[in-house]
Amino acid sequence: MTATTTAPAASPEIRNPVRRPSARLRAWATRAPLLPALIFMIVVTQLPFVATLVISFFDWNSLYPDARHFTGLDNYQEVLTDPDLRHSVGTTVLLTVAVVLASLVLGLVLALLLDRRFRGRGIVRTLLIAPFLVVPVAAALLWKHVLYNPEYGLFNGLLHYVGGPQPDWISSTPLLAVEASLVWQWTPFMMLILLAGLQSRDHEQIEAARVDGASDWQIFVHLTLPHLRRYLELGALLGSIYIVQNFDAVFTITSGGLGTANLPYTVYQSFYQAHENGLASAAGVLVVIGSIVIATFALRVVSSLFREEVSRA
Amino acid sequence: MSTTAPHARRVRGKGAGLGLLAWLLGIAFFLPIAWMALTSFHSETDAATNPPSFAAALTLDGYREFFGAGGGASPWPALINSTVASVASTLLVLLLAFPAAYALSINRVRKWTDVLFFFLSTKMLPAVAGLLPIYLFAKNAGMLDNIWLLVILYTSMNLPIAVWMMQSFLAEIPVAVIEAAKVDGARLPTILARVVAPISLPGMAATALICFIFSWNELLFARVLTGVVAETAPVFLTGFITSQGLFLAKVCAASLVISLPVLAAGFAAQDKLVQGLSLGAVK
Repeated sequence: MTATTTAPAASPEIRNPVRRPSARLRAWATRAPLLPALIFMIVVTQLPFVATLVISFFDWNSLYPDARHFTGLDNYQEVLTDPDLRHSVGTTVLLTVAVVLASLVLGLVLALLLDRRFRGRGIVRTLLIAPFLVVPVAAALLWKHVLYNPEYGLFNGLLHYVGGPQPDWISSTPLLAVEASLVWQWTPFMMLILLAGLQSRDHEQIEAARVDGASDWQIFVHLTLPHLRRYLELGALLGSIYIVQNFDAVFTITSGGLGTANLPYTVYQSFYQAHENGLASAAGVLVVIGSIVIATFALRVVSSLFREEVSRA
Repeated sequence: MSTTAPHARRVRGKGAGLGLLAWLLGIAFFLPIAWMALTSFHSETDAATNPPSFAAALTLDGYREFFGAGGGASPWPALINSTVASVASTLLVLLLAFPAAYALSINRVRKWTDVLFFFLSTKMLPAVAGLLPIYLFAKNAGMLDNIWLLVILYTSMNLPIAVWMMQSFLAEIPVAVIEAAKVDGARLPTILARVVAPISLPGMAATALICFIFSWNELLFARVLTGVVAETAPVFLTGFITSQGLFLAKVCAASLVISLPVLAAGFAAQDKLVQGLSLGAVK
């Protein structure tokens, strides 16, 4: 150690030419295993995004490729002023916020219940995880045809027994119908993360509080909830990242109709069906900007959890 | 004694009540899946009745129809495509993620946390952000409707998760164990094969399962970039979006069969699922 740190200062001309290549070589040997993964990610994810950014400045309909020309920020202006697209921004926000909040609250209730010992806890846990493990398109089909169908769906079938009304769920409350199916799928995810949080609590501290006469409610509010805070944040932010990008449920249940088109669906539609490459790209860039806002928070939360992990190690 | 007994009974009573509530909620969440399973074994006429018929005769017709007995399209090409895309991309992910995780946890590069966060940040780039250029590239390169294009895209989709997970698994290996092997004269390949691999094998398996699940489930890329030849199972399922009542049993059978690999993998890796989905941040 001392030899390498003091020697260059003493005789830099002689030492450096010998030492430098080997140090550089060693640095590259350390980096080498990382490079394939790093280069792969840059080529497959960053380059296409740069291309999207470039295309977003062009007026380009793929049905009229010869009319392609640079238009500056016109596409962005059109995206932001088009009532349909503006509506899809609102839909995306509403869908994401509603699904994340509802599944987080439900997931918390389920995690608290599952944190207790009771007969058959393993079975209940398995039953609860199942919705998350159904292929998303299959889950959406299940809700669309098997549950929501006004004539033979399970919901109206059960309502029949209590003599209730027989609504057409998807056409009367389309966005809510999409949201309910997503809450069903994402609640288990929230439950799993919060359950991991609950099980990492300091049980001695809870026992001590109980001995001191604290009620269950006081323990929940003053010990459990503060401990869970970062797990709640993590669940909310990871959930947001996935749900903001949701395509499967919107595509399957309503095909973007009845005011349920969110931004990913709109982007898909504007280039896949309307062939408006420039507009689609501008909308895509706006989705990215929205995601960056969420991601900034997400990275902060993950990195705070991560730092704790590193310092503990 | 006399004062603690009723208290204990009350606590136990409350515990039983909450246990019952957990059971009820568990059943409520599982009910749609159970109903889907039951419907898949009904005939189409029994499936499409209101009120629902709980005691209708069971039949395998829905499954026969799904597998193409009624003259419909066979799901086998789609199932095979999904298997190829998921398995191949999972293997490629492991091949790329293991060395990267090694460089981020055992023989660490400088600024390794920054690199780790770069991987995570790519996960936050929405798929639609790069879809159009990828589509145009595939079209010009003659790679539309090609399953290997999906393999590459699914690899990029899962690589960040895999690097994070494996990094956290490898970081748990005590430095002393590796140092001891070095003192014994073991070289890097031996250390990797004899020390690192055995310890990290369960973590690798969990990583592989999660990558498999995500690839198997993916719809957007598959929908846009494949057609007749490379169609995957979720794309095959989209064929049922507009099908009306006549095919309810078939829809249920299809949904269940296509979800089966994911359900099996997910149940097998329940505990590791959390760690993977939270990118290793929660253990």
